Amino acid sequence: MRRHAVLWSMVVLAVAMLVPFVIVVLNAVKTPAEYATGGPLELPEGVSLDGVIAFWDRVDFGEKLLNSAIISGSVAVLAVVVSVCNAYALGIGRVRGRTWVLVVFLTANTLPQEALVYPLYYLADAIGLYDTKLAVIIVFTAIQSAFGTYLLTSTLSGFPRELLDAARIDGASKWQALVRVVVPISKPTLGVLFVFFFIWTWNEFFLPLVLLISNENQTVPVALGVLQGQRLMDATMTSASALLGVVPAIAFFLLFQRALTRGITAGAVK
Amino acid sequence: MRAVRERGSYLLYLAPGALLVLAVVLVPFGMNVGISFTEWSGVGEPEWTGLDNYGRLLSDGTFWASFRHNLALVVAMAVLPTLAGLVVAATLVDYIGKHFGARQAAVLRACVYLPQVLPIAVAGIVWSWILAPKDGALNAALRALGLEALARNWLGDPDLALWSLMGVLLWMQLGYPVVIFMAGMSRLDPALHEAAELDGASWWGRFRHVTVPGLRPEIFVVLLTCTIAALKVFAPIYVLTRGGPAGATNVPAYYSFQNFFERTRVGYGAAIATVLTVLVLVLTAVFLRVQQRGER
Repeated sequence: MRRHAVLWSMVVLAVAMLVPFVIVVLNAVKTPAEYATGGPLELPEGVSLDGVIAFWDRVDFGEKLLNSAIISGSVAVLAVVVSVCNAYALGIGRVRGRTWVLVVFLTANTLPQEALVYPLYYLADAIGLYDTKLAVIIVFTAIQSAFGTYLLTSTLSGFPRELLDAARIDGASKWQALVRVVVPISKPTLGVLFVFFFIWTWNEFFLPLVLLISNENQTVPVALGVLQGQRLMDATMTSASALLGVVPAIAFFLLFQRALTRGITAGAVK
Repeated sequence: MRAVRERGSYLLYLAPGALLVLAVVLVPFGMNVGISFTEWSGVGEPEWTGLDNYGRLLSDGTFWASFRHNLALVVAMAVLPTLAGLVVAATLVDYIGKHFGARQAAVLRACVYLPQVLPIAVAGIVWSWILAPKDGALNAALRALGLEALARNWLGDPDLALWSLMGVLLWMQLGYPVVIFMAGMSRLDPALHEAAELDGASWWGRFRHVTVPGLRPEIFVVLLTCTIAALKVFAPIYVLTRGGPAGATNVPAYYSFQNFFERTRVGYGAAIATVLTVLVLVLTAVFLRVQQRGER
């Protein structure tokens, strides 16, 4: 009896966490007329994608998805490369003063973005990169790789030395040792980092909001957030926009669930 | 000689990353500190005013209020999720996992974790619509249950907005500690639990004396990262309330944004951002120090 009470309390919690998702989906497939008469809680009579399609066209959602994918994908690739190079020098090369270098990288990741935003906005403008995807890619490659360096350095410090020595005896240069030995063996960790960088960058709001002012460069969260801030949307439109924002996130979640849970625990406690 | 050359060539691998961090983080942060000593609208020459901005901050009621709101958000995003996360994680692992199976526990964990994968801005949109005063889902649900009297303008009432925001943030944040703590519990030695059980310890007794002490490193990390996240919180404020109504949900992060881009008081905004940064860094240093002492 008590066992089931505990189980049920957890199920109630889980349902409470899911309710917002459920009502978003329910309302996104209603017609505006249905919404007007039944309100947000009535079950939809059928599945109507009119609201979603109308919203998709209105904000050119395909373009926003593409922008987000380009930015997040580039950042994830570049930040993994940069992190590996940094961690190679710090974890395997044991460069002098590496503890302090790590502290600097960690600090770089911890700083509030508010303390960077105006200079970044100003500098991007000065070198002609304001309102370009490239500016956002550069900024997040730096920020994500700062964290990646911190995480990977501790992994690579424990890298089996014999493998590196063997490669050296075979005449491999440092670059070859990195590309042919270190990277292939670290692949699982690098995969987790890639997924993380991709999703984190996808979800970023503040710096992209400031750096991407024109419609055709905006990412999914920025485009939705700006529209919402202007309060121009009706209820059906809002739920359609919420649905379109939620779907990619859930897709990533289902695709990468294992990597995600493994990754956040790896990142949190060494 | 050879050793020196070796170091030199490894340094080469550090160069791109170091340059990036220098250009994107360190130099801009230095500029931000510099700007905080000036009066500047963003165009023309900044005018050096020394510590004036910081002096003004001390007597700025909006600034102090924004910090008080931030404390409330630390409770909602760090303290409550940690406490609730401990109970939920322990229940899922030792109770659901043991009596009903690991799969059930994993499914429940996934449900609790799901809000964490949403872009915060999107979560904000979802909630702004649920909490809407006229036809929001929450008020509609209350009406349907005959609790019309409890319906409120959740985000539009200055006395309520901060509480609503806290609820939303708790919903967003809970999954993170749950996942971390569940992973941490798999590290704990099951023999300790069994020994306590043999000694007749209740579930609660084992939770308090075995699980919680065992999870100390995880608790530290969760409290630290969530507190920092709470201090930096911006997107939910921007999407849900824009700091309003009447400044009731303004936080330093949003207040500095307002000064930068709405009021064009860039020097003042930079001063707020600098204070926030110092606070975050001090907090991090203190936490890490305490954690190291705990490990010894």
